[in-house]
This record gives sequence, structure tokens and C-alpha cells, in this order.
Amino acid sequence: MQDKFFRTICFLCALMVPILLAGILICLIFNSAEAWRSFGWRFLISSEWNPAANQYGALPAILGTILTTGIAIVIAVPLSFITAFFITDLPFRYRGPLSCALDLLAAIPSVIYGMWGLFVLIPLMQKYVQPFLVHTMGLGRLPFVNENYNGFGHFTAGLVLALMILPYLSAIMRDVFQATPPLLKESAVGIGCTRWETARDIVLKYGIHGLIGGVFIGLGRALGETMAVLFIIGNVVRIPSGIFDSGTTIAATLANNFAEADGMMKSVLFALGLVLLGLSLCIQIIAHVYMNQTRKKRGELL
Amino acid sequence: MKKRSLFYRQLKERGMVFVSLFALSIALGGMFWILGTTCLNGFSVLSWDFLTEPSKPYGIEPAGIGNALAGTFCITFAAALIALPPALAGGIWLAEYGKNKRFANMVRFGANTMMGIPSIITGLFIYAVFVVPAGHFSGFAGSLALAIIMLPIIMRTTEDMLLLVPNSIREAALALGMNRFRTTVKIVCRSARNGLITGIMIALARVGGETAPLLFTALYANTWCEHFFSGPTPNVPVLITEYATNSPYDLQHAQGWGAALIMMIFLLMINIGVRHFFAAKEYSK
Repeated sequence: MQDKFFRTICFLCALMVPILLAGILICLIFNSAEAWRSFGWRFLISSEWNPAANQYGALPAILGTILTTGIAIVIAVPLSFITAFFITDLPFRYRGPLSCALDLLAAIPSVIYGMWGLFVLIPLMQKYVQPFLVHTMGLGRLPFVNENYNGFGHFTAGLVLALMILPYLSAIMRDVFQATPPLLKESAVGIGCTRWETARDIVLKYGIHGLIGGVFIGLGRALGETMAVLFIIGNVVRIPSGIFDSGTTIAATLANNFAEADGMMKSVLFALGLVLLGLSLCIQIIAHVYMNQTRKKRGELL
Repeated sequence: MKKRSLFYRQLKERGMVFVSLFALSIALGGMFWILGTTCLNGFSVLSWDFLTEPSKPYGIEPAGIGNALAGTFCITFAAALIALPPALAGGIWLAEYGKNKRFANMVRFGANTMMGIPSIITGLFIYAVFVVPAGHFSGFAGSLALAIIMLPIIMRTTEDMLLLVPNSIREAALALGMNRFRTTVKIVCRSARNGLITGIMIALARVGGETAPLLFTALYANTWCEHFFSGPTPNVPVLITEYATNSPYDLQHAQGWGAALIMMIFLLMINIGVRHFFAAKEYSK
């Protein structure tokens, strides 16, 4: 009797997860219905944002989100790969504290990253880094780099995001690398591979699937991050013309406009939220399917 | 594979060591840079008044962050109270009853997906289903949003921790004539206690610094948290956001840094403390 009761209660609690998930999805769809009805699918590809005329499009925010996430991933993935490999290869005495430091870095709240970006990184970028990149290095001639810069923008936001997801990615990759059987590594060293060759040809190939799964998780984090981006992106709704351009992301648009929005605007913001949820669900599902399909392969290697 | 001279390969090896030191220094350097800036800028405003006085509009002294600290404390612990029972029970179901069931796999996938949902979406959700019907922002709505974020995290750690308990312990308890309920609660959960506490505290530390959902639910007010159920409630993350972005005054920027410093000290202390006291076994392996 007691047993059955307990089991049912536990089951009901586990049931909460799918219910909440469905609830979130339905709630966003329901609240954004007005926006979808009046703009239709054009909402996704329109770049107009004019609260006075009640015309809205999601394209600038979507592009901004993808651009900042892309920059963050491009910077963070190689760095975290090398960091993780370096850490797994260290003697235990150094490995413990370094791993611990990475975990702590992951515990710093994003609002502090945002604040640091706003007060420390932006002035630095504006005064030194961007002039150096644009004028000294001559990158200003490239089509995707702006000649005008003010420190704010996608590039700086991407940098802060990269710093933010670096510890997550490193921690995941570290776990993946530690799962490589020592036998394989020792064999590689035994036939005369250098450490880098062991990393590239053995550890990377053994853990590639887990690694890609980890990248997806980092991607999801960067995609939905609000505070770190909000302070830095510049909050201008327009299609980015280059990586130094100010812009906005979906999450930043939501956080910025929600308080004073009403009527159509609110519905549009819910629609943007739905787009963000859709993007993040897509990434999660792709990652899940990918990991499931490669599970056999990962298990069967040894 | 292409043949390379030994010199070239060793050169590459040396090069990669430099590159990895560089990568590591970026990761750790970034951390110390952020910690250092926060300490440097926040240290100057720290005082007893800063910790105990409520926040006030600019110009009125003495202003502090006492109310925000109290508010964050209330919101986070209410969230933990809401999330804990269902999360623990759900985790128990996953680990004890639903090992190879299709529905359990669905729940697991759902929990993983929920962990990946941007936190701002939870804020939107609670705004639509709780704040709008209730007609006002409230600290309790903030707790609900944070609870939704905590739920899948605690559920999955609970499952992982319970699965670490060897089956022989379960079988021993059952053989003595205990039923499943007593076995699970009295024996399995007790032997996994340290892991469970670690998971819960880490989840607490994670939502303690969440800002985005609170923007739509708890908002901010220059009061103490007497309106926890009926009106905007002060909290540290939104205070930092307000002072950093919407204030032109250097003093309020400094107070924002001070609040960030206090919050960071708390969160890092929870993290380090929990890892040190409860997870010592895992690290010595």
C-alpha cells in the first residue's frame, strides 16, 4: 500500500518534466498567436522594427544571435580543446586545482561577466584592440569588418560569451578525454608518438563524438545567454553589417523591451521567445539524436 | 601517414605546449581578471551600512544592498523549497523504478532539454502563467521561475547519485523485509546523502546568480521584501543590472560592483565549500 502510493507520487513528479516542457511551448505559442496571425512567416525574414507603425520583424535579432554565438564558438572550441587536453595530461598535483578553478569559473554568474564586459572590456576594445585590428592590421578592408567601431557590438559580445562558455566546454571535454582508455594512449606513446600526435590521432578520434555533443551544449548556452550580451551588444535593432557593428540578440531584445511593451509588441516579444526556444530545442534534439546514433560506435571502439 | 622528420615533429610538440599554455592562461587569466576587477571596484564601498541598509534613490544616504540580499535569500530558498520535493521524487522514480522504460527515457530527454532552455524563456513562461493572472509582479513569481530551472538539474543529479549506490545494499535491505519505500528513503537516499546535498547546493548556487528570469517576475523595489507575495521584491542580480546600465552615477556603479562582489563571494563559497566537504571522495580518485 505504502509502496504503491510512494511509487505513484514519484511517477507524478517525474511526469512534471514533460508537462512543464509542453506547458512552456504551448504558453509561448498561445501568447504569440497575435503576432503570427498578423505577420505570418514573413516575421522571420522581415528586418523592419518600427513600434510606432506596429511593424516588427525578427531577422535582425535572429542574425545577431547567430553571429554572436558563432563568434563565441569559433573562439571557445579550439581554446577549450587545448585547455582540456593540457589539463588531462598534467600530473595529478596540478590537475586537481586547475580543474577546480575551471569549475569555479563556470560558477560566476553571467551578470558579472556582462558588467565586466561593459566597464572593462568595451573601453579596451574601443581604445586599443579595434583600432589595432582595423587600421594597423588592415582588416578594415574586409567586407565583414566595419571601419566604424565604438567598442560595443557583436565581436565584443562574442568574446565575453566565449570566455563564459570556455569553462563549460573545457569541463565536458576534460571528462571526454579522461574516458580515453590509458592503454590506447600508452600504446601511442609506445610507438613513438609525441604528445600532440597522441592528442590529435588517438584522444581526439576516440572522443570526437562526445566532443561534438559537448560543443552542442556550449552552443545552447551561448544562444540563450541574456545578461552577458545585453550589456555589450549595443541594443540597436538592425541587420549587422559587420562584426564590429552594434546590434541585438533575441534574448537581449526580450530583456530590453519587455517591461514597457504592451499589445502587439508584447505578442511579438513572445514570438521572439518562441523562436529562441525553437532554436534551442532544435540544437538539443540534434545533439540527442547524434549522441544516440553514435552511442554504439563510441562504445564499440574498445 | 606522411613521413615527417623527427625535428619537425618535436618542433610541433614544443609549439603545441606553448599554444596550450596560452589557452590555459586565457581561461584562468580571464577568471582572475574578472575576480580582480570585481574585488578592486567593489571593495571601496563595502561597509556595515552597505550590507544592512536598504537601497535608496540616488543621493539619499546611507544606501546599501541589505534589502536586495534579503530578497535574493528569500527568492532562492523559496525556489529550493518548491523545487526540492518533486525533483527528488522524480529523480527517485528515474533511478529506482524507471531504469529501462521508454517513458523514463523520455523524461530523461525532457529533463536534459529543460536544462538547455534559455533561462529568459522560463521568465517569459512564469510571466504569462502567473504574473499576468495575478496582476502584479512578485518575489514568489521569481521563485517559481527559479524553481523551474532547478527542477531538472536536481532531478538528474539525484538520479545519477542514486545509481551510484550499489545494488547489493538495496538487496540487503529488501531481504531484511523492508518494503521499497523504506529501502529507498532510509537506505538508498541516506547512503547517497553527500552526493544529493552537493547536487542541491550546486543547483542553488547556479540559480542564485540568475538574472534574466527575475527581470520579468520579481523586478525590483527599494523596499524590504514585505511584498514577497504581492509586489516587486528586491534582489541582487537585478540591482546589479539596474546600477550598471541605467545609472549615470559613479557611486551607483561602485555599489553595483560591491553587490557583485558580495554575490560572487557567496556563490564561490557555496561551490568551494560543497566541493571540499561533500565531494572530497570524488576528487581524491
